[in-house]
Amino acid sequence: MSVVVLGTGMHPWGKWGRPFVEYGVAAARAALDDAGVAWTDVDFLVGADTIRNGYPGFVAGATYAQALGWSGARIASCYAACASGAQAVDIARTRILAGLCEVALVVGADSTPKGFFTPVGGDRPDDPDWLRFRLLGATNPAYFGLYARRRMAVHGSTHADFAAVKVKNARAGSLNPMARYRRPVTVEEVLASPMVADPLRLMDICATSDGGAAVVLASEEYARRRGTTPLVRLAAVATVTPSFPSAVLELPNFATDSWAAVPPPERPFRAAIAHAAYEEAGVGPEDVSLAEVYDLSTALELDWMEDAGLCPPGEADKLLRGGETAIGGRVPVNPSGGLASFGEAVPAQAIAQLCELTTQLRDRAGPRQVRRPRVGLAVNQGLFGHGSALIATR
Amino acid sequence: MQPSKRLCDTPAMTFAIDGWFAIDHDGVRLLGTRCADCGTVCFPPRHGLCPDPRCGGTELHEVRLPRRGRVWSYTNACYPPPAPYVAAEPYEPVTLAAVELDEAGIVVLGQVTGLTVAELEVGMELELTSGPLADGPQVWMWRRAS
Repeated sequence: MSVVVLGTGMHPWGKWGRPFVEYGVAAARAALDDAGVAWTDVDFLVGADTIRNGYPGFVAGATYAQALGWSGARIASCYAACASGAQAVDIARTRILAGLCEVALVVGADSTPKGFFTPVGGDRPDDPDWLRFRLLGATNPAYFGLYARRRMAVHGSTHADFAAVKVKNARAGSLNPMARYRRPVTVEEVLASPMVADPLRLMDICATSDGGAAVVLASEEYARRRGTTPLVRLAAVATVTPSFPSAVLELPNFATDSWAAVPPPERPFRAAIAHAAYEEAGVGPEDVSLAEVYDLSTALELDWMEDAGLCPPGEADKLLRGGETAIGGRVPVNPSGGLASFGEAVPAQAIAQLCELTTQLRDRAGPRQVRRPRVGLAVNQGLFGHGSALIATR
Repeated sequence: MQPSKRLCDTPAMTFAIDGWFAIDHDGVRLLGTRCADCGTVCFPPRHGLCPDPRCGGTELHEVRLPRRGRVWSYTNACYPPPAPYVAAEPYEPVTLAAVELDEAGIVVLGQVTGLTVAELEVGMELELTSGPLADGPQVWMWRRAS
């Protein structure tokens, strides 16, 4: 028994300034069309919530169900920061695996303000996400800057290495009609863009975007009855939390756990997320044909490659430099163009990652097609100990 | 880390947050908590359960954390951070450092005073002080170790 991705759909990423529901509905309809499933035949809909768009965003499942037309389908709504989409996928997958439904629709979309993400309204001194802005002025890029500088000190990465990540992802994004930024860039352009959070420049950091993504999931039996080929299986969804003591400073925290009394776990949080997915899917990093990793910054793509086991610690720059992570390389990373080309539409992003894995595994990625992929990995990390890894196979 | 005794000889000062740091006669100290059962320390101070799920301790006592540590990493904010941060005008980039406290096995983030990113290095020794936010209240800050 397995769960199959029957269809995918997206609304192009951009800064459209329209209500998020429009993007979600467009993505949902595209996914249903792709799957050849009528909305009225969907048993279960999961909406990944957006917290920046009022009440309809908090009950995204119901919002999309009403916008598509009340059909009597069961629904769920969930929020898990950047992992919201993956968690929505997991809820649908679990219900299918339990035999409680056959076909499910998962939708995430967002409409975002310009500039830095800010804490959600009001004075809330008990909320670390509010406090980090109030006391320190620590934006999300500040944390990305800390990780990048740490990487430079520990592994010797350079500004030019970071810029090379952007150049690679911009090239891939230029081939993706759903991407927001479709212009190839040069290392010189990246290095000439304004500094935001030293050592990261504007073009090292992902933007905040509008966009929507959806997938139709079904039981393998349902897919076989319909004669779907190739079958893209959702082989793992890992949503593990960190293990105490978590020794890496994570958003939006002021400090790490202390490792003075108890030594840190074998795997830090990001590595633990990927490892859990490998275990669940029964594959290893050496089997990965392509990876979508959460490049909130260029430097983080390099960290993620190592955390996901695609190379030993400190060797991601070398792989990048050798062209191994470009389309056509040994293990293409972010062949969609990544967050560098999309910008972040939080609840849609992990679903968009699964859309890319599925498109690639179905050999439908056109000019950005990875050669004969068998195993796709998508990893992501959000605030407050939420993160996810998905593995899809064919 | 000594047992807690709150001391503040500058009553006119307003703290941007209560109970996270203290200004003692011998300098500024972060206030954390320590589990009476396993000795694990926390910052910010925590109440209720020890953060180690295998410990289960419920007695967390306030402690003063070590004043010094080494830079784990650092960055700055070249653009004024959004509200609720109150940015100074004219704006000067805020420098931030994550500092691994001596002997506590914990990394604590704070603004840095008197040093820019060009003067910082990973591994450099810093010590705790305090300074005002643009709208007045004091917050803990890192500075070059004396």
